Amino acid sequence: MIHATSWIAVLVFLFFAGSVIGISFYLGARAKSASGYFAAGGGIHWFVNGIAFAGDYLSAASFLGICGMIAFFGYDGFLYSIGYLAGWIVALFIIAEPLKRLGRFTFADALDNKFNSRGIKLAAAISTLVVSCFYLIPQMVGAGALVQPLLGFPHYVGVIVVGLIVTTIVATAGMVSTTWVQFIKGSLLVALCAAITVMLMFRGVTTKPTDANGKEVQILRHGVPAATVTDAAGSTVLSEEGPWQGKPYVRVQDAAGVVTVWRKEGALLSEAQTLTVLLDGRKLANGRPRGKGVGEADLLPVGYASKLPGGVEKTGPLNPVSFITTMQDSEVILWGSDKVAEADGSMTTVYYQKPTPGSDFMAPGSSPTFKKVRSEKFFDKLDFLSLMLALFCGTASLPHILIRYYTVKDQLSARKSTVVGIAAIGFFYVLTLFLGLGAMTSGALDVTDSNMSAPLLARSLNELLFAVLSAVAFTTVLGTVSGLIMAASGAVAHDLMTNFLKIKMDDFQKVRSAKIAALCVGALAICLGIMFQKMNVNFLVGWAFNIAASANLPALVMLLFWKRTTKQGITAAITVGMIASLGWILLSAQAYKDVYGLDPANAIVPFSQPAIVTIPLGFLVLVVVSLLTPRPEAKPACVAG
Amino acid sequence: MASLDFKTPVIREQEDAMVVAHNTRIGLVLFAIYVVFYGGFMALSAFWPEVMRKPFAGGANLAVVYGFALIAAALVLALVYMRLCRKSK
Repeated sequence: MIHATSWIAVLVFLFFAGSVIGISFYLGARAKSASGYFAAGGGIHWFVNGIAFAGDYLSAASFLGICGMIAFFGYDGFLYSIGYLAGWIVALFIIAEPLKRLGRFTFADALDNKFNSRGIKLAAAISTLVVSCFYLIPQMVGAGALVQPLLGFPHYVGVIVVGLIVTTIVATAGMVSTTWVQFIKGSLLVALCAAITVMLMFRGVTTKPTDANGKEVQILRHGVPAATVTDAAGSTVLSEEGPWQGKPYVRVQDAAGVVTVWRKEGALLSEAQTLTVLLDGRKLANGRPRGKGVGEADLLPVGYASKLPGGVEKTGPLNPVSFITTMQDSEVILWGSDKVAEADGSMTTVYYQKPTPGSDFMAPGSSPTFKKVRSEKFFDKLDFLSLMLALFCGTASLPHILIRYYTVKDQLSARKSTVVGIAAIGFFYVLTLFLGLGAMTSGALDVTDSNMSAPLLARSLNELLFAVLSAVAFTTVLGTVSGLIMAASGAVAHDLMTNFLKIKMDDFQKVRSAKIAALCVGALAICLGIMFQKMNVNFLVGWAFNIAASANLPALVMLLFWKRTTKQGITAAITVGMIASLGWILLSAQAYKDVYGLDPANAIVPFSQPAIVTIPLGFLVLVVVSLLTPRPEAKPACVAG
Repeated sequence: MASLDFKTPVIREQEDAMVVAHNTRIGLVLFAIYVVFYGGFMALSAFWPEVMRKPFAGGANLAVVYGFALIAAALVLALVYMRLCRKSK
């Protein structure tokens, strides 16, 4: 869909961005010491830190990706919400206290506290950089996805704008400004999503949705007798030749020469939408040149219930429970897609209607990502189990989350801020199910882009709300990206340069090298964001969790609970966990399909999510290498197990 | 609340080994409880997906109720943990 530029959104965003940059410069003059730059001097109030946890964690993927996945496929997107939140249990109960006790600025500090090993420092720093980069990609892709409807600029402009703003924020005042950006963003995001959910409950569900101005959304025809379409005056049915042969479609050309595509369902036909990319790059939408002018067409917004309980047309206001049960008992038109390569080199994507009962999409296994949980084969279920394990174990291994524990003064504050974080994040994830299902029936979805579902839902309610939500979503990207760049710059300046390479630096030089590192990581993030434009952001975050959990969790846990752990064991576990999970991902069916454009059937590894294999592998390597290397000196253990 | 630029000097906390051991034990017990609860959800979704479709509380199916319960349980256990943890003198 082509989205009109919303100047209110631009103004709101400029206001947010201007405010955070202003705060950064104001604070930058005061964050000169290394402790001030990396950990905000350890003096952040626990409540601010708790909301900043939410601001750091609720990334573009959480917000755009999960809502989009629920809006397009139903309950399966909510599985990510559950997994992302459950991960905080590992962080709070297992990792937070010892990490805070053992470390100073980075997570490598904590791992290395007992051993003072250069190997651990190097491995931990590289793992921090790899995880941060993998996590950065979906954030930057999300920024690009947002800027198109906001400004009408291409994807790369969004990526560059976010990259520049964030790098400025981090390079000026480090953790201090990062904290305030995350605090502002976390509170805005949760409050706004709660407000939208309340509006959704008042609106209820309808089979004839309207836009924000009260105009009825055009409903594409479904279950029409074939003769009504094929025998219409002036219409010609095109023969099923070439790539269309054997496909379940009927192509009908009208008197003006415009071709529309219908999907066969027995003797009935349903209207499909098509987007054709011609060899010269021009695009056709539903058979006409794509655009908003005369003689041009665009894909129509979709997303509506086709049957509501009791056969009503409109439910009226609902409460949260009746909203869920209404969705379970309704039938909604979801959309599938199919690609057809024409003989002249053009590529047509057909988007077709899939009437789906709520009993189906409100249970696990309705999306392509998790459909295998409904398979009878045990092996098919491993992908799902592996992802849920990665989400559970990944949160507590994400370097940009871990460094937040160094910004509060003591253990009690660390615990309190985690509880505040869990409350804010948990509340937000509960809202994602309502937002996603609301978007599913909002009549505003862009069939080509699931990531736009939440902002478009807001647009269906109110134009101003869309503007504010888009601006907040953009700020969402700023908050998470600043945390990631902060973690990466700490890994370079503190772990690699000061501790591994033993470069003698005073406080001022150390802060300066961290700022230069932040600039470099920012530039890299911009490049990656442009390269990975087409990937689903939520899936990419799943990968980052896999790598973080496989590389970092075995080392963190065993260091705390097994006294026989040696420095060689830790270094080996991080290295093997990181390489194995990264390698597995790059050889998976999903990478074949989305990254290389190859046939996923040829992928070497049997499923796409490696955690179920690579986390145990990390533990195994750590145990074996530790047993093969000399016992660590009898220094008092850091934690009583 | 601390000042905006967090310049208040912070003294590193001194922890008592007994307190550390106590808090670690509490953390592990609560963690085990949640793992069982989360594991149950994973197992049901993967091996008995049809059970997840069954209406459970207030007409909402088990998948939705269990999902919300997992989120709520995380907060409840976190509050219990905070209550039970001891603070170093």
